[in-house]
Amino acid sequence: MQQFIRQLAQENDFQSTCLLKILRAIQARYFHIPKAAIEQLAPILNIPRTQIQNVIAFYSFFHFEPRGKYDILISSSITDLMVGQKELIAYFAEKLGVKIGEVRADGVVSLNNTSCTGMCDQSLAGLVNGYAITKLTKARIDEIVENVNKQLPLEQWSRDFFKVEDNIIKSGLLLNQKPIQGEALKAALERGLKETWEEISVSGLRGRGGAGFETAMKWHYASEEDAEQRYVICNADEGEPGTFKDRVLLNSYAHSVFEGMTVTAAFVGATQGFIYLRGEYLHLYDKLEAILEDRRKANLLGKNILQHGFDFDIEICLGAGAYICGEESALIESLEGKVGIPRNRPPYPVTSGYLGKPTVVKNVETYFAAANIAIHGGEWFAAFGTAKSKGTKILSISGDCVKAGIYEYPFGTTIQTVLDDCGATDVLGVQVGGPSGTFIANNEFGRKLAFEDLATGGSFIVFNNSRNILDMVHNFSHFFAHESCGFCTPCRVGTSLLKKQVDKIVEGHGSAGDIVALEELCQLIKNYSHCGLGQTAANPVLTTLERYPELYQNMLKKISYEPGFDLDKSLETARRLANRDDAAAHLAQVEE
Amino acid sequence: MNNKSIVIDGKNVPFEDGQTIMQAATAAGIYIPHLCHNPDFTPHGSCKLCTVKVNGRNCSACTFPASEGQNITNVTKELNDDREKITQMLFVEGNHFCPSCEKTGNCNLQAVAYHLGMTDNHFPHFFENREVDASHPDVMIDHNRCIFCTLCVRASQQEDGKNVFAISGRGIEKRLIVNSESGLLKDSDLDVNDCAAHICPTGAILIKRTGYKVPIGQRIFDHAHIDTVTLANEGASHDE
Amino acid sequence: MTNKKVKVATVSLAGCFGCHMSFLDLDERLVELVEHVEFDRSPLTDIEHCSSDCDIGLIEGGVCNSENVHVLREFRKNCKILVAVGACAINGGLPAMRNHISLEDCLNEAYRDGIGVENAQIPNDVELPLLLDKVHPLHEVVKIDYFLPGCPPSADVFWKFLTDLLAGREPSLNYELVHFD
Ligand SMILES: Cc1cc2nc3c(=O)[nH]c(=O)nc-3n(C[C@H](O)[C@H](O)[C@H](O)COP(=O)(O)O)c2cc1C
Ligand code: SF4
Ligand code: SF4
Ligand code: SF4
Ligand code: FES
Repeated sequence: MQQFIRQLAQENDFQSTCLLKILRAIQARYFHIPKAAIEQLAPILNIPRTQIQNVIAFYSFFHFEPRGKYDILISSSITDLMVGQKELIAYFAEKLGVKIGEVRADGVVSLNNTSCTGMCDQSLAGLVNGYAITKLTKARIDEIVENVNKQLPLEQWSRDFFKVEDNIIKSGLLLNQKPIQGEALKAALERGLKETWEEISVSGLRGRGGAGFETAMKWHYASEEDAEQRYVICNADEGEPGTFKDRVLLNSYAHSVFEGMTVTAAFVGATQGFIYLRGEYLHLYDKLEAILEDRRKANLLGKNILQHGFDFDIEICLGAGAYICGEESALIESLEGKVGIPRNRPPYPVTSGYLGKPTVVKNVETYFAAANIAIHGGEWFAAFGTAKSKGTKILSISGDCVKAGIYEYPFGTTIQTVLDDCGATDVLGVQVGGPSGTFIANNEFGRKLAFEDLATGGSFIVFNNSRNILDMVHNFSHFFAHESCGFCTPCRVGTSLLKKQVDKIVEGHGSAGDIVALEELCQLIKNYSHCGLGQTAANPVLTTLERYPELYQNMLKKISYEPGFDLDKSLETARRLANRDDAAAHLAQVEE
Repeated sequence: MNNKSIVIDGKNVPFEDGQTIMQAATAAGIYIPHLCHNPDFTPHGSCKLCTVKVNGRNCSACTFPASEGQNITNVTKELNDDREKITQMLFVEGNHFCPSCEKTGNCNLQAVAYHLGMTDNHFPHFFENREVDASHPDVMIDHNRCIFCTLCVRASQQEDGKNVFAISGRGIEKRLIVNSESGLLKDSDLDVNDCAAHICPTGAILIKRTGYKVPIGQRIFDHAHIDTVTLANEGASHDE
Repeated sequence: MTNKKVKVATVSLAGCFGCHMSFLDLDERLVELVEHVEFDRSPLTDIEHCSSDCDIGLIEGGVCNSENVHVLREFRKNCKILVAVGACAINGGLPAMRNHISLEDCLNEAYRDGIGVENAQIPNDVELPLLLDKVHPLHEVVKIDYFLPGCPPSADVFWKFLTDLLAGREPSLNYELVHFD
């Protein structure tokens, strides 16, 4: 092992910024990060061992204790639950002979739940040793169990398991483009970088990752900063449950995305770019590497690009299971080989980002759009959309509809139009923008996709009338508590309290004061949290409580108070040890 | 000289470029409740107790730069009620049994709670199982009382030139860890005279055999408010 | 203050009677108090169950066993105002320090494996209340209206609180009276 680690560190130039990459390799080989590896790495990377321990403890895909040789994770987002995730994972566990969350005694296999893997249009999905598997059915599970028990190498498993579909159902302005490799970059260089910036400005392109910051302004700020080095980062963390459009863009439009990054780099004067790819998209890694290599050969990356005297290259960095790393400053910390804790702002990344240098962070779709705008001009793009939200938006549609997949719409399109297109009937409501977004009820379908109305990073989950909204709220509350980075008090403690409070109500133990307590907690988390995660973590409760107060009220018992823990269960140990089961050895949860 | 100023609760407060709201306020004798902030170290911005409203928007005073045109509210019922709830979150997250804590009466967490008029813990307790590390001959860690303010981490790095502590884990699983192969304090290079051994605002890091030198009832916050104590200490350290 | 006396009930659950002792530290002020107050169920009287019209219930100690739950519920049912008195009632206090040890280990240590234990057996008489897994503060089991912190709260705390209530004021404790130790 010593030699393996030494070599690994060497391949990464002993750079501590490569810590995640190094740990990914160790985890893959030893199914955990052995203590000895930590001790060996710390001095040669010149970082304290605690930094390595922190990183292992922070990211879901690193472990101090060995996982199975086959580490199987099953996506447990609301869209997975819709296709019977609970039953299927239980089936899986039973067939494998392992408890959920644990490693089988022979060390061969481990099984657990994981946050949304970005395959909501081909649920039930999961990961085997980091590689995406889709459309899990009992039959497929049986086959996997057989492979595992035979210890068949992953390469020999049926390729069908690993098939990830694009499912582009409705293309629009951008998805219809089939640009020739290099076209955007050449157009930008021919037009002139300043002029291209003006086109971006005219296009009104706002960030597609959620916050909607104007792209031209970000370029401008980053280029203005006085610095000897600048960076361009593509945010492909795509962790918001229900979002999977960046995966499709990277699978089928990667050249355009890289070209958008390269144009950005040329304008702001960056020589190094990164694409921060969520660990769940490991299956795209080799393909993207190959495309980068192609581009280097074509002189679209590397030194003196297209003989225009500028240098730029792109490195792919994989995440390791942490939703918070989609937040741009946490992402930068992660790229620096650290835990993904959002920074204090100001300063913003455009002035002080990666390694303290000016850094542009943009979403995959934003670069994709920018590349096309470089070719076709700003007016072409701005002709679509609304006054405040120009152009089109790519949606990832999942849940209760006939055709889940990728849809592109001009901003300003009504929710009803979208629902009609994807074949959603008997709709109860739609979660727009993922758990951090808004739940809208079926009397609001005249509302529009737009930054000024319903903003969304792309997640669009449909719920029909057979669904219980509280199941969704329950699922999302657990998601946020699990993904909170824990830096600030209101979110660290608050999301866990919120999870408990939602559980209490959903499980039918709520009483008169519990909704007031719930709301109060939500407001605290929302108003006092450090970053967007905490600030939106209460949205599932707040947006549904506002629309369906009676749904919550109906869950409450008509009593003034009920304990938040199970009283009778709390006597279980004592009953067992005293060998009693008489009436006095039990407690009613509420007073009779 | 400069004549830039911000307004805090209706009062004009001068500031210099580069100062945070907290620094300007402290220098002007205005107390903003805080736990993770200590003027001697880089601000951290994690406890959120110092939240003030800047032109209507919540900001952490310890990290947010003061700038012209800021109209800030600090002492309002709304803010103090919410600060109390944030403090209560810290109390239920850890295991704070003040009557059996050596730090009682000298503890900033407790004193902030007193200041905010907190009489109960409001939320359900986590009652998490946390450990005590008594391995070091002179210093002990009681993880039950750690609020993850990172002051010990910062003090060790910035003042002692060491790297004894770190905060590890995600979300509610956060824990203080010690930089030693065994993970024990005795095997770290912490010395009892290190700043990091004395900086803890709570009773999570204690110096052994000193706990009851001052009897309960005669301790710092038994009679003095945290606002006056803090302004006396931290105001002074700013003037240097 | 009205003529009708205010009915006060008190009890110690998982507590040490320290809060009650501190209450008695009211000394001569007790004389003044009983002009306005009549004690119902309390270790100070010998009344075994609360009357249904108690005004104030003062509860010391947290909830550690099934009997505590029953008593607490009796108080909640019969007292208009329920007050958690002292650190143990508010956060479990000293008894709650067993919460980080499993109940099984606690009982085994106390009745089976501990040094000097004879006739090792975990008590199983049906007359005995069973222990809860964890010691809980009162507010996690019933609704609590007021909290008097302190270990114990000083006599002054009781005095200020009760005289406020008797005078029809919203009780409030000034800085010197709020103590967690
Ligand atoms: C908790 C959290 C998660 C986020 N996840 C993503 C993400 O997965 N992808 C993304 O592009 N932006 C994400 N963002 C937004 C980024 O912080 C940032 O605004 C965005 O990457 C900027 O790119 P844009 O301007 O192109 O939208 C997230 C923000 C927060 C607070
Ligand atoms: S809001 Fe949550 S995710 Fe964001 S910094 Fe605070 S704890 Fe971390
Ligand atoms: S650290 Fe402070 S608040 Fe916690 S138990 Fe000790 S004195 Fe009380
Ligand atoms: S041990 Fe003390 S100083 Fe260190 S993080 Fe915890 S509370 Fe802060
Ligand atoms: S003092 Fe500002 S966040 Fe803690």
